[in-house]
Amino acid sequence: METLTAVLITVIGAATPLVFAATGELVAEKSGVLNLGVEGMMLLGAVAAFAVALTTGSATLGILAGAAAGAALALVFALLTLTLLANQVASGLALTIFGIGVSALIGRSFVGVPLQRLPQLDLPGISDLPILGPLLFSHDALVYLSILAIPATIWFLERSRAGLILRAIGENHQAAHALGHAVIKVRYLAVMFGGAMAGLGGAYLSLAYTPMWAENMTAGRGWIALALVVFATWRPGRLLLGAYLFGGITVAQLHIQGFGFDIPSQFLSMLPYLATIAVLVAISADGARARLNAPASLGRIFYPEA
Amino acid sequence: MADEGAPARLRLRGISKQFPGCLANDKVDLSLGQGEIHALLGENGAGKSTLVKIIYGVLKADSGALEWDGKAVAITSPSQARKLGIAMVFQHFSLFESMTVAENVALGLDDGANLDELSAKVGEIGRRYGLALQPERVVHDLSVGERQRVEIVRCLMQNPRLLIMDEPTSVLTPGEAEALFVTLRQLAAEGCTILYISHKLEEIRALCSRATVMRGGQVVANCDPRQETAHDLARLMIGEDFDQASKTAEASFGAARLRVQGLNMAAAAIHGTPISGLDLEVAAGEILGIAGVAGNGQNTLLAALSGEQLCAKAETICIEGQNAGDLGPRRRRRLGLAFVPEERLGHGAVPEMSLTDNALLTGYDRQDLLSRGSIMFARTRDYAQRIVQSFQVVTGGIGANAGSLSGGNLQKFIIGRELLQQPKVLVVAHPTWGVDAGAAAAIHTALLDLAHQGTAILVISQDLDELLQISDRIAVLSEGRLSEIMITAEADIGRIGLLMGGHGENGEAGQLDKQGEHHAAPA
Repeated sequence: METLTAVLITVIGAATPLVFAATGELVAEKSGVLNLGVEGMMLLGAVAAFAVALTTGSATLGILAGAAAGAALALVFALLTLTLLANQVASGLALTIFGIGVSALIGRSFVGVPLQRLPQLDLPGISDLPILGPLLFSHDALVYLSILAIPATIWFLERSRAGLILRAIGENHQAAHALGHAVIKVRYLAVMFGGAMAGLGGAYLSLAYTPMWAENMTAGRGWIALALVVFATWRPGRLLLGAYLFGGITVAQLHIQGFGFDIPSQFLSMLPYLATIAVLVAISADGARARLNAPASLGRIFYPEA
Repeated sequence: MADEGAPARLRLRGISKQFPGCLANDKVDLSLGQGEIHALLGENGAGKSTLVKIIYGVLKADSGALEWDGKAVAITSPSQARKLGIAMVFQHFSLFESMTVAENVALGLDDGANLDELSAKVGEIGRRYGLALQPERVVHDLSVGERQRVEIVRCLMQNPRLLIMDEPTSVLTPGEAEALFVTLRQLAAEGCTILYISHKLEEIRALCSRATVMRGGQVVANCDPRQETAHDLARLMIGEDFDQASKTAEASFGAARLRVQGLNMAAAAIHGTPISGLDLEVAAGEILGIAGVAGNGQNTLLAALSGEQLCAKAETICIEGQNAGDLGPRRRRRLGLAFVPEERLGHGAVPEMSLTDNALLTGYDRQDLLSRGSIMFARTRDYAQRIVQSFQVVTGGIGANAGSLSGGNLQKFIIGRELLQQPKVLVVAHPTWGVDAGAAAAIHTALLDLAHQGTAILVISQDLDELLQISDRIAVLSEGRLSEIMITAEADIGRIGLLMGGHGENGEAGQLDKQGEHHAAPA
């Protein structure tokens, strides 16, 4: 039972950065902007959080710096695609490559420097409960924040007027413009929210998951987050499920390797990615439903009428 | 109706708007009195849409001034227009497909109302004005007619002082249109000004007290439509005389070219209407009209006829004596079927592709535009050019994107593309929706000529006048069932109206009960 609890806790660790990054990307995509730069924004967030936490000694400042760095890089993307009307796919890819390079440059002097892990928020009494205690009530603040982000996003998108306008802009930007909604402004905000969330995902990696900085330490998680948005058919609830499923597979393959099964480790490392592909195919099988949820203006450039 | 002493609700002076390559509005003056129903008339491309977009703040005029209740204003955004009390029903729907009716309505309002309260209000307005809508339904699954109702309800929610309506009745049944007129007259009597754009001249004569006629971006006439004949109004719009298409009595038709027997088909869309037990035959040289309110199975029937949805049994649909129920669209076209779908953009034409490419898409086979798998561009361009010329499509050239054409011109292009293929069977949906009088007459004449040459034509339309004008026989589609097929010349219009309203064989008895004939009803 102890082992199982330990495994489940590592699943939460693996899933949390994905929940952050994918939730942010989901909101940006719902507004009609496809930002493929998630990986780059996560890396910049990770290095900024690490650097600030290390130099100031304050984890809180580190977390804020991670979010700010992600949002700043997203602002560059928004400027390119929304104001200068550059192609979103190309700009997003460039953003990722840029993020990898810049984070490596900033992080040169931090490689191998140890950092105190983000503290757990233990609740006296409850956290000591068997199984449930360690599983549910002894995590750091970012894990709770990532979980809370899901109902908050659902509320925002489904129940709030601002969310309604955001979805309308992602659905049909010309019509939204004709009705007088500020397409560009809303998209700027959505893209920057996406960047801040990706930055938080990065901050979790460098402050809590493995409290250190290593070059390219996100190891493709940004791409997985992008796939998760499609996997979840743009629904935050399913996104949470998907992130934990994926985190589970990542951890499971580590444990299978650990138990010494006679399977080449390379195959096991492939597992999460194969699972992603399998799930994406399964989702596409019910095309009508997926299309209904996909923002119809996704990736399309908005030219305001003269 | 207008109060002469009060300042005009809205006055435009010398409005000009230049687009690259065309002067859309040229010093336009317009004055709308309080509580007046004012018609704005003009052909496609006359500049009406540009003018109303300027009024609604979507576009900015290059020069000119606006006065609202006698005070100079600059309307810079739709939200500011709404604050003044201006509401607008757009010609091209400004709806959000994956959202519900209630959400779509909420997006047109400036205050953040609670969605549940909004749903209740949508239902209430729907009942009051006869615009029935289910607030929780997703727009994606609504028919064109239902979508228009959403637009109208969205405007009425704002209690507007100036209501701009861009061809609002093109998809309503005569009964619904009449109900809408009652509403509009009631709104006008309450002091709301209505700017009414329509190509249905009879309607304008019945409804409007003043009319402004535009041609080529300029105001060419102001008149009282009640004092003019429909033909005079059309001549003012077009600037020259034209002939209304009319059917010559055809005594006999050839053999059946299209036969549908026992068609049952589930709807493709989630809230679509299935078709059950539908039989029909269209003979060579005949035009069969299918009337009915949108959302009664038209989409399913069209998909079944075009081959987008296949029938379980091949013999259900017979084209030129060949079983075609299990054939896809391409093989049906090879048998001689041509097809004009309801939606022009995205279904009838690819908006991002040139007219030449769009001509190729359905014409490649019957026009021999391919040679061993490669496209013969010279022939394709020639074909596109012939369509543009024969149907007087106003466009920058055959290299222009389909999406850049106005709705009416694109419709002319799509109809022309199918007609020039000399089909044996033509299925056409809403042939003149959003098309001006001159172009509509041209399309009707072309359809009649084609029938005269022996093509069997099936026309699905909501415009009953159109069907009465061109069809030889007529039937009504209601809730996925086809009424008996009547000879148009002998058909009782009142009865067709009842059938369209869903009061067919069974419904009629209920109708009589309501009128007080209790003695006829069984206990």
